[in-house]
Amino acid sequence: MRLTELPLRQPAFVDLIDWSVLSPSEGQRLREFGLCEGASVEALHHGGLWGKGPIACKVGRMTIAMRRNHAAAVTVRTGPDAAP
Amino acid sequence: MSVLPLVALVGNPNAGKSALFNALTGARQKLGNYPGVTVERKAGRLALADGRPVELVDLPGTYSLNAASPDELVTRDVVMGRQAGERRPDALVIVVDASNLDNHLRFALELIALGLPTIVALNMVDLATRDGLELDAAVLARELGVPVIATVAVRKRGLDHLREELGGLLGSAAPEAKALPPERDFDVVRGEARRIARAAIVRETPSRRLTAAVDRVALHPVFGLLLLLGLLFVMFQAVYAWSEAPIAMIEGLAEAAATATRDALPDGMLRSFLVDGVINGVGSVVVFLPQILILFFFILMLEATGYMVRAAFLMDGIMAKVGLSGRAFIPLLSSFACAIPGIMATRTIADPKDRLTTILIAPLMTCSARLPVYAVIIGAFIPARDVLPGVGLQGFVLFCLYVAGIIGAMLVALILRMTVTKGASGGFLMEMPKYQWPRPQDILLGLWQRAIIFLKRAGTIIFTSTVILWVLLSYPKPPEGSAISQVDYSIAGRIAGGLNVILEPIGFNRDISLALIPAMAAREVAVSALATVYSIDAGDDEALLERSLGDRLKDQWPLPTALAFLAWFIFAPQCISTIAVTRRETNGWKWPLFMLGYLFVLAYVAAGITFWTATALGLS
Repeated sequence: MRLTELPLRQPAFVDLIDWSVLSPSEGQRLREFGLCEGASVEALHHGGLWGKGPIACKVGRMTIAMRRNHAAAVTVRTGPDAAP
Repeated sequence: MSVLPLVALVGNPNAGKSALFNALTGARQKLGNYPGVTVERKAGRLALADGRPVELVDLPGTYSLNAASPDELVTRDVVMGRQAGERRPDALVIVVDASNLDNHLRFALELIALGLPTIVALNMVDLATRDGLELDAAVLARELGVPVIATVAVRKRGLDHLREELGGLLGSAAPEAKALPPERDFDVVRGEARRIARAAIVRETPSRRLTAAVDRVALHPVFGLLLLLGLLFVMFQAVYAWSEAPIAMIEGLAEAAATATRDALPDGMLRSFLVDGVINGVGSVVVFLPQILILFFFILMLEATGYMVRAAFLMDGIMAKVGLSGRAFIPLLSSFACAIPGIMATRTIADPKDRLTTILIAPLMTCSARLPVYAVIIGAFIPARDVLPGVGLQGFVLFCLYVAGIIGAMLVALILRMTVTKGASGGFLMEMPKYQWPRPQDILLGLWQRAIIFLKRAGTIIFTSTVILWVLLSYPKPPEGSAISQVDYSIAGRIAGGLNVILEPIGFNRDISLALIPAMAAREVAVSALATVYSIDAGDDEALLERSLGDRLKDQWPLPTALAFLAWFIFAPQCISTIAVTRRETNGWKWPLFMLGYLFVLAYVAAGITFWTATALGLS
């Protein structure tokens, strides 16, 4: 499922990132934040009154905020054998 | 002066670098700029364990040597020895957040590979312990091949050890520094960083997470927004409520100085110059120091606690609607204090069009220099009564003026994004730091630096423009027995008379026209200019001289004029310093002139509409 669909506070792992959605500098920044295939991720908050705002999520030990269109580029896996 | 060894503090944002810098250098800091860019250079002196002095420079926080924004470029160029106006550091102190090792070690590995003498400060170990993380600094030092020192900057822990280690490092023969870091694959370095972090972690237990708990409220779509609005409202109420006593004190001092000068000197040019020009003029601006410091206190607190990024998160949805990112909220909120640091803070915005739009609307945020103008007019014309228990009408009007600036800025951004800065909107990617309680000393130091900047302005720009205005107002003298007043007869009065042709339709009188010219130097000069005008106008009339500026305005201005004046200052074409910083940031005259033009038009239209509406409603 996409990171945007991940229920809040459910631990998951990044399966795949569609880097083509991101500009090179955005991709670089996400990588610097530690968001990459295999990273642990947990959605924490959805911003905006109608759920259209940015998403705050925990990547490793860091909390980052990103817009929904970027979060939609991240596919995640949950469940007992999701860990890489 | 011999050249001191240069040590650079470098690390990720939110690693606690600035707190470490403050703890190491104390109040002996020098703020400056790197040539050609508006990135602030923060340097200070640090004494090593053996007493040798070292120059310490605090580089902008960045995530890697792969720089994206102007401030990150400075960090990269300094550590590589390519930054103009800065020599290559003799040693690096890499600051890493103990609770975020995976990420911070990757950048640390990049920096260590440069081959400069290096120490790693494993900072905020107390917060890591609070989060249930136990680390072994010795393992880390072995794996990284450089000394690692556990520090808690805010409690001054580990600092002596750091000074000692730094002394040893600077004394030893320097290893070879490389001009360029070796090319290494990003993922390989990250893998290595993760492996080292795993090795250094002794124990990791899940524990209470304060930040997560607070964020459940602070980032909530409804409660979070209410909290933000509440905070801003308290901030603006406090600007009034907390400042009464210190303002009365400064006013008392200025009055005493004026009386003493009047008594000590014979009537004449010198006395008029000192009393009307210097004491009344500059004094009427210095009086606002308490309010400006209260505003800065809130902004510094919001930044230091980590709340500012939450505000950006909450605002991103709204900012996106006008084509900006939530990130722009931070420079815009800083612009409430002053547009200059606000415009400088836009350098963290990577997208050029996002950044330009943010720069262009920054002057619409009500800066603290407008506060003196608002405060005088509100104090004179808005009755001091409560609209609700604990909510004063004056504070409420002030709040409305701020809101008007914000709405204006949003509309302008929307229009700019559809016209001159058209293009795809940039994204919103931000790290959200943990909440922390700032050290009182750090906040006090920030306030002290702001106070000095403000007083320097009062002593230079404001003093000079007030003095020039006094000269222009005092000469030439009208002939004996003339019916024309001194102000009308003077050079300034004649210039204002000409300008009045344009400004009269929007309800401005001669005195306002007079005040608006020097207000281009700095907005708050409008107040000192009015004070000087009325001081000269009063001549030797003791009864008039003793009346406050607010009382005199109340006598002479109809209410619609006062309201139009407030409306003008919502958009007020900005001060010369803002134009200068915009020119530097946008590399040319095109955008500062554009900004000046559109602000003038908006100010004129807004003042006009206010005046005509108020007159039509019969307000007086």
